[in-house]
Amino acid sequence: MENSEIISVRDLTKRFPMGLSEFTALRGISLEFSRGEFSGVVGPSGSGKTTLLNIIGLLDNPTDGDVIILGNPSKNLSVKEAAMIRRKHMGFIFQTYNLLPVYTVFENVEFPLLLLSMSTGERKKAVLEALAWVGLSDKEKSKPAQLSGGECQRVAIARAMVKRPEIVLADEPTANLDADNSHHILQTMEKLNKELHTTFIFATHDEKVISYLRRKITLVDGKVSHDDVLKP
Amino acid sequence: MLAYKLAYKNLLGAGLRTWLNVFVLSLSLVLLVMAWGILEGWNIQAKKDMKEWEVGGGEYWHELYDPLDPMSFKDGQGMIPPEIEKLYNSGEAVPVLVSQATVYPEGRMRNILLKGIDPSQQIVKMPASLMNGDTTVINAIIGIRMAKATKLSENDRVTIRWRDANGTFDASEIRIAGIFHSNVATIDNNQIWLPLDRLQKMTSMKGHASYIILKRGLMSAPTIPGWIHKGYDVLFADFNTIIKTKHIASSTVYLILLSLALLAVFDTQVLSIFRREKEIGTYIALGMTRWQVVWLFTVEGAMHSVLAVIAGAIWGTPLLYLLSKYGLAMPKGTEGYGFTLAEKIYPVYGAETIIIMSVIVMAATAIVSYIPSRKIAKMKPTEALRGKVQ
Ligand SMILES: Nc1ncnc2c1ncn2[C@@H]1O[C@H](COP(=O)(O)OP(=O)(O)OP(=O)(O)O)[C@@H](O)[C@H]1O
Ligand SMILES: [Mg+2]
Repeated sequence: MENSEIISVRDLTKRFPMGLSEFTALRGISLEFSRGEFSGVVGPSGSGKTTLLNIIGLLDNPTDGDVIILGNPSKNLSVKEAAMIRRKHMGFIFQTYNLLPVYTVFENVEFPLLLLSMSTGERKKAVLEALAWVGLSDKEKSKPAQLSGGECQRVAIARAMVKRPEIVLADEPTANLDADNSHHILQTMEKLNKELHTTFIFATHDEKVISYLRRKITLVDGKVSHDDVLKP
Repeated sequence: MLAYKLAYKNLLGAGLRTWLNVFVLSLSLVLLVMAWGILEGWNIQAKKDMKEWEVGGGEYWHELYDPLDPMSFKDGQGMIPPEIEKLYNSGEAVPVLVSQATVYPEGRMRNILLKGIDPSQQIVKMPASLMNGDTTVINAIIGIRMAKATKLSENDRVTIRWRDANGTFDASEIRIAGIFHSNVATIDNNQIWLPLDRLQKMTSMKGHASYIILKRGLMSAPTIPGWIHKGYDVLFADFNTIIKTKHIASSTVYLILLSLALLAVFDTQVLSIFRREKEIGTYIALGMTRWQVVWLFTVEGAMHSVLAVIAGAIWGTPLLYLLSKYGLAMPKGTEGYGFTLAEKIYPVYGAETIIIMSVIVMAATAIVSYIPSRKIAKMKPTEALRGKVQ
């Protein structure tokens, strides 16, 4: 992918049916994201941040306009092809961690690699490396229930990063964390962004997150009101 | 591979609920195998008894003889054909003559059959030799059912009345020379066995027989004019019908139990899909297709039955083995049922039965696991991720 634009959002509109009428969550959004960006979509609650992230993550379809992910217009993708793009090129980080409770930390991080049918040896190496990135090498045998919230989110980051995806989408990753843990995971992600050139897109209204962003896209009422570069 | 590992972990993670489902499934599996084993044991034992006591290696019936129609007995007999005579003399067949009569035990009248058989015969287990001896009386033997019904015991004397070939009534006293115990009701109920030559004389049917019992293992069955060969397929037809009906009846009971177990699995599936929506959304976000997730949940539900087969093998095998070794006592008083039933049945389990039953249980469990899982394919990933239950 010589082209540095890995995501482009074109005149995107999303309407949800609401009873007999419709509710417009996104109104004509156009954005470009380049490889290696560390950017965030911010804005008040209900402004459409999650909706935008879901459409970029191919979990939802635009009503109008389109998103082009790694050169693939989402309109042309089947549900299965969308799943394949997520499987190979995208990582997700959720507010509620969404770890698999019956799996150990190691197995949780290994999961995306199982979908890629990697050999056991390759998987093991990649998982241990990912756990080292987030500083959880000593917890590989623990179950999620035995971890703190911050540790759970670090496992989730390792799970999102283990396959070295081009894109990581993180919706409110710090909402359930205290300040120390928030800074810890943000530093981890910032470091990985620099080392692996992964494109991060956050959806957040947390000032701590915003302080790490290099680009801040402000959504108000389903529209982009500002698009600011914070750090060079 | 992924699906199996994850399903296994999720299943064990669910704890008690899983084991409850597994137990009920394994219970219905073991009971199904047991019920079939009992009937199969009965089938095998009864046929052995019938061959030993009643039908030997097959029979020839006089073409007009119909055991279900007493009116036919007068005409349903004829001279023993020379081919049979030869077998009779070499101990490979024994003729039986059947005649209608009435007996008056304790002054009450009872319609019965008189059956004449050679006291020296070795073809069936019937202790016919008891009819030898004291020639001043007619020595008869009866079965235990008949003895109970008429309250006759050994050495009792009783009057019988019959018609001879010309239709003239005649009466005589007979002595009960012995009472035999057989599991086969059809040689016992309402029957009195007499020496063949005696019955032939009484009914003026010298040299006649109604049917011929062949020796077991006798291979050839030549066609004899006026006589019809009856193989096991015909002779066991009634019994086979009984077994079939019993199979259906007993399977129905255990299939109801099985459907309760399946309902529990179904319920678990519905609940787990409802509770684990967020997990389903996560799988999809991680790049699984929705049908992969459907498969995952189906495997998870179906695995109940794999565990049930293993559990059933662990607790069922010793139980089923002990049953087949020590037998299962049949309720007292079953002699009166009119079909062949031993006091104890030793279940016989075929590998085929066990495999078929296991496959039925596994397939049914897979289906009830799949049905609720299909719903996943219709879920919107964004809504699943939001999750109904936190
Ligand atoms: N499936 C849906 N059906 C109807 N309306 C929806 C649906 N999803 C989102 N919305 C509406 O769209 C608007 C934007 O929702 P969205 O979740 O994107 O907001 P957000 O910016 O992420 O808010 P928050 O900061 O609270 O997470 C909201 O008003 C929401 O009610
Ligand atoms: Mg949101």
